[in-house]
Amino acid sequence: MNWFYIEGVLILAGINIIAVLGLSLLTGFTGLFSFGHAGFMAIGAYSAVYFGERMGLPFAVSVVAGGLVAGLVSLFIGRLTLKLKGDYFCIATLGFGEAIRLVLDNVQVFGGARGWPGIPLKVDLVTVTIFNIVGILFLMFLINSRHGRSMIAVREEELAAKVIGIDTYRYKVISLFISAVYAGIAGGLLGYYLTFLQPKLFGLQKSTEYTIMVIFGGIGSISGSVLAAFILTVLPEMLRSFAVWRFVIYGAAVIFIMIARPQGLMGGKEITLKGIAGILGIPGRNRKTARSGEV
Amino acid sequence: MELLRLENLTKTFGGLTAVKDVNFTVNEGSISGLIGPNGAGKTTIFNLITGIYKVTRGAIYFQNVPIHDKEPHVIAGMGITRTFQNIRLFKNLTVYQNVLTACHHNADYGIFDAALRLKKFRRQERELKEFAGRLLELMELSGWKDKVANSLPYGLQRRLEIARALALKPKLLLLDEPAAGMNPDETRQLMNLIRRIRDEFGCTILVIEHHMDLIMGICDNIIVLNFGKKLAEGPPEKIQQDPLVIEAYLGEGGMPGA
Ligand SMILES: Nc1ncnc2c1ncn2[C@@H]1O[C@H](COP(=O)(O)OP(=O)(O)OP(=O)(O)O)[C@@H](O)[C@H]1O
Ligand SMILES: [Mg+2]
Repeated sequence: MNWFYIEGVLILAGINIIAVLGLSLLTGFTGLFSFGHAGFMAIGAYSAVYFGERMGLPFAVSVVAGGLVAGLVSLFIGRLTLKLKGDYFCIATLGFGEAIRLVLDNVQVFGGARGWPGIPLKVDLVTVTIFNIVGILFLMFLINSRHGRSMIAVREEELAAKVIGIDTYRYKVISLFISAVYAGIAGGLLGYYLTFLQPKLFGLQKSTEYTIMVIFGGIGSISGSVLAAFILTVLPEMLRSFAVWRFVIYGAAVIFIMIARPQGLMGGKEITLKGIAGILGIPGRNRKTARSGEV
Repeated sequence: MELLRLENLTKTFGGLTAVKDVNFTVNEGSISGLIGPNGAGKTTIFNLITGIYKVTRGAIYFQNVPIHDKEPHVIAGMGITRTFQNIRLFKNLTVYQNVLTACHHNADYGIFDAALRLKKFRRQERELKEFAGRLLELMELSGWKDKVANSLPYGLQRRLEIARALALKPKLLLLDEPAAGMNPDETRQLMNLIRRIRDEFGCTILVIEHHMDLIMGICDNIIVLNFGKKLAEGPPEKIQQDPLVIEAYLGEGGMPGA
């Protein structure tokens, strides 16, 4: 194992963390399941590379703009589907994700099914780390504000949220928008790291993987999502020597954790400095780990 | 002064008429009672006032503004909120978070104020937290602040739901069977609490209850429903003696067991 390989795995983990953070806001904090986030990722990826390579925008601007395009598309999808009940929304996102992939398969300007090769490598560990830090801080600050609390209220008890004056539809739209921006940015970074794009990178399997990561980390926990995205990216890599068996082992590991800890790794709690101090036995005023919404 | 007015309010579910041509008004500063046998349509009226159900026919006015085609969150924003017959707390959140979530109306900072931790965010957030803390104290829930709502004893869950509603600083508070499942002692405490809320928060209260001692003890005006229609209305003394009410609801003994 050389550093080049390890760095590659860490970059992929970082990219997955960004996508999972976004999905965590939608699924973990707002209570809406999506199986179409790979679609938003694809939109972000192709837009970013288009902005950067065809229109000549700087790298960081293209990636962020790609995220915003994904966000704009999500506003449109949200308008159509967020008035539906939760399960219908979930199915609609599934259809959306597959539709995006099929469209990209057939649009020749972006290379169709053969993909878009020859994208310059512009992502390194530092870039990904910066995006991660900003992504985590934004989400943390959002969750600990009245807006984040309103999203959590939607997840907990939608009817009660309404009668205390929360515009539940609006918060679902906002949550979907932000999570799509995260997915889009992750997509752009992926394109500029892999140096090629192909529609099949963004299939249902990818969307499912992200949902598994959110649940694995624990619904309603930012640190859980980060931890899960990291572990579930690194684990299959460590298992490479098992060849085809690695996905069996991966699956078994996920099932084992979910049986042993159905609430996920963090179970709605967050890793905090106070919490760490508590575990290490350092006395403090309040040693409890905070629940979601009080980081 | 009139705060709420229902005009020929009607609600049908398919072939079933749950509420039929109901008229009544609620005066500002009053405690009013809405009573009637099971299935009379009491909860349905709450659902119509709060916008959870769409009105089939008729109208609802709040401070002379029609509210029957408004969305629930808009109606809440105008100053009407409620508790539920089957408690609906944010179960997995703490007592404090339940109340804090409902305080959002007292702040107006945007998402970017929060993301950048701007001064406006920090100041308003501090005020919200102080207000939530004061409310818990007033409702004698401070000792339970960090307990998860779901883990509270039943009576306290009911009280927390009222506290959460008060976080909106409502003008009209609708209580749907707040004494359900309470023993006589807890019911007496609740009666005092409801009076205190009216006096200290200056809000008007409309309460659905089957406990007749509570209704007769605190209400200025009582509306009796039967099979979706208004059967009688008036102060407790009058309702207790109304032959129609006695026949339909109170029974020969004068007091129902419920
Ligand atoms: N969503 C609904 N769909 C169909 N029927 C409904 C619905 N909500 C209420 N009903 C019916 O309307 C009637 C009135 O119900 P409601 O819940 O208002 O009674 P209530 O007076 O609150 O009774 P209780 O004292 O038992 O709570 C009942 O026959 C009920 O079955
Ligand atoms: Mg009822």
